[in-house]
Amino acid sequence: MTSTHPAVELNGLTKTFGPVTAVDGLSLRVQPGEVVAFLGPNGAGKTTTIDMLLGLARPDAGTVRILGGTPDDAVARGRVAAVLQTGGLLKDLTVGETVRMTAHFYRHTRPAVEVLERAGITDIADRVVGRCSGGQQQRLRFALALLPDPDLMVLDEPTTGMDVEGRRDFWQALRRDARAGRTVIFATHYLDEADAYADRIVLVRQGRVVADGTTAEIKNLAAGRTVRATLPGADQAALAALPGVDAVEVRGDSVLVRTGDSDAVARHLLARTAARDVEITSRNLEDAFLALTTEHTGA
Amino acid sequence: MTTLPATPAATRTDRRLPALGGFAPAVQGIELRRMLRNRRTLAFTLIMPGVFFLIFGLPQGGQALDNGRPVTAYVMISLAVYAAMVATTSAGGAVATERALGWSRQLRLTPLRPTAYVATKLITAMTLGLLAVVVEFLVGAAAGVRIPVYVWLLSGLAAWLGSLVFAAFGLFIGYLVPAENVMQFIGPVLAVLAMFGGLFVPVEVLPDVLQHVATFTPVYGVGELSRAPLTGDGVSMAALANIAFWALVFGIGAVRLFRRDTARV
Repeated sequence: MTSTHPAVELNGLTKTFGPVTAVDGLSLRVQPGEVVAFLGPNGAGKTTTIDMLLGLARPDAGTVRILGGTPDDAVARGRVAAVLQTGGLLKDLTVGETVRMTAHFYRHTRPAVEVLERAGITDIADRVVGRCSGGQQQRLRFALALLPDPDLMVLDEPTTGMDVEGRRDFWQALRRDARAGRTVIFATHYLDEADAYADRIVLVRQGRVVADGTTAEIKNLAAGRTVRATLPGADQAALAALPGVDAVEVRGDSVLVRTGDSDAVARHLLARTAARDVEITSRNLEDAFLALTTEHTGA
Repeated sequence: MTTLPATPAATRTDRRLPALGGFAPAVQGIELRRMLRNRRTLAFTLIMPGVFFLIFGLPQGGQALDNGRPVTAYVMISLAVYAAMVATTSAGGAVATERALGWSRQLRLTPLRPTAYVATKLITAMTLGLLAVVVEFLVGAAAGVRIPVYVWLLSGLAAWLGSLVFAAFGLFIGYLVPAENVMQFIGPVLAVLAMFGGLFVPVEVLPDVLQHVATFTPVYGVGELSRAPLTGDGVSMAALANIAFWALVFGIGAVRLFRRDTARV
């Protein structure tokens, strides 16, 4: 029924605020079941994109489809839920009252006790929201988002302002909840979160998608991998001629090859040369992030 | 690519739209409890008007109006109007707090329609307003006010329904200023309006110029209407026009600001 439509389909999304173009012709398609990190520095247009995705803001140009329909319809049917940075909570309600009250706005929800449990806040159900920590309030927002058992969950920098422990608890709650078929899109500027929790990373800069792929692909994109081997008298020219090789460096008996296709280099070294101690190291995501989000910005 | 099997949730969860735009009577209970937990609201709508009656109304026991009915009843009805207007303004004005806290934005991620939200606020306001009138009347009755049953009913009804004007006023202010403690500056405004509306002293004791001004202020009409069953004086066209005018001003103002608030940018 729902599997025929993409979970999210953004086409040429554009939004300007006065002279500033926050989102600049952004297109994105997310299939059901994907866990996608929307990664970019502050001001990259992540929040504006999410606002348009949820129907909270109207795009100047472009279209948004969620699960084959409009954002408003998806919200009204509880098919999409979100944890936003800006969504407030009523300080004078208890955690439990907030969940029960919100549940009344839907046709049908998961039981309040269940979402409290899944968000890990059962023990503070009777606490007044105003006396909850930032992390606890964020998990309450998460519990509210779980109520309709949405097909698509959108989280905008859900762990901003949390301490290390709060972040870990939050992601644990999200993972505990993860079930086959639920699509998750989260915006973050924490690289480790994107790396650890997403299947796919969409890098945005200045309102555009600058890279899109699996975590491994994104790492490769910017820096590729380095293949290191012990190979006395290496034939530098032959190595440099391999597909995807960016640079070859010889240091005594060692050879270092920087490449976008480490498999081809390793295969060549092992099959056609006397190389041993072959070692493949990956650049970390931070290198990719910095390379993709900062280059050309001075121009 | 293989298509994903339908998720368990897709079969478990009812994806139909909620009835009445997400309006649920059960929410009223939580809303009312919130209002009653707020010490400030409690003090200004349920306790203070009763105490005012004991301080300012009771000493006039034994005195009678022109038609022989007790002056204490006049004071009690006036204070009931005051209690109801503070109650409904507070409940309507709660929108300001919820906007300031960002709760209204959170609600936009739920199926709750803005009109259902406002309906909930209005009903909460009117429930609290009714409670305020009933408490004031109970204090009066307990302190010995004796008037015919129809006066209790008609005056009470007028005080209560008249406070709808102030529920609209509260919503109007609520959509005008997103402030967490909006009642702190509306409270004194209400007191001045109540003064001009003859709720603390009869309008007739004010200087002539102020008496004239008073007839144009928003509490005047509701005050006159509520006391009419007691005094036996007819309700003037001026009083009715006053109620209609302010109901329209606050009602239209609230609707316009509400539309502006829910429009997307």
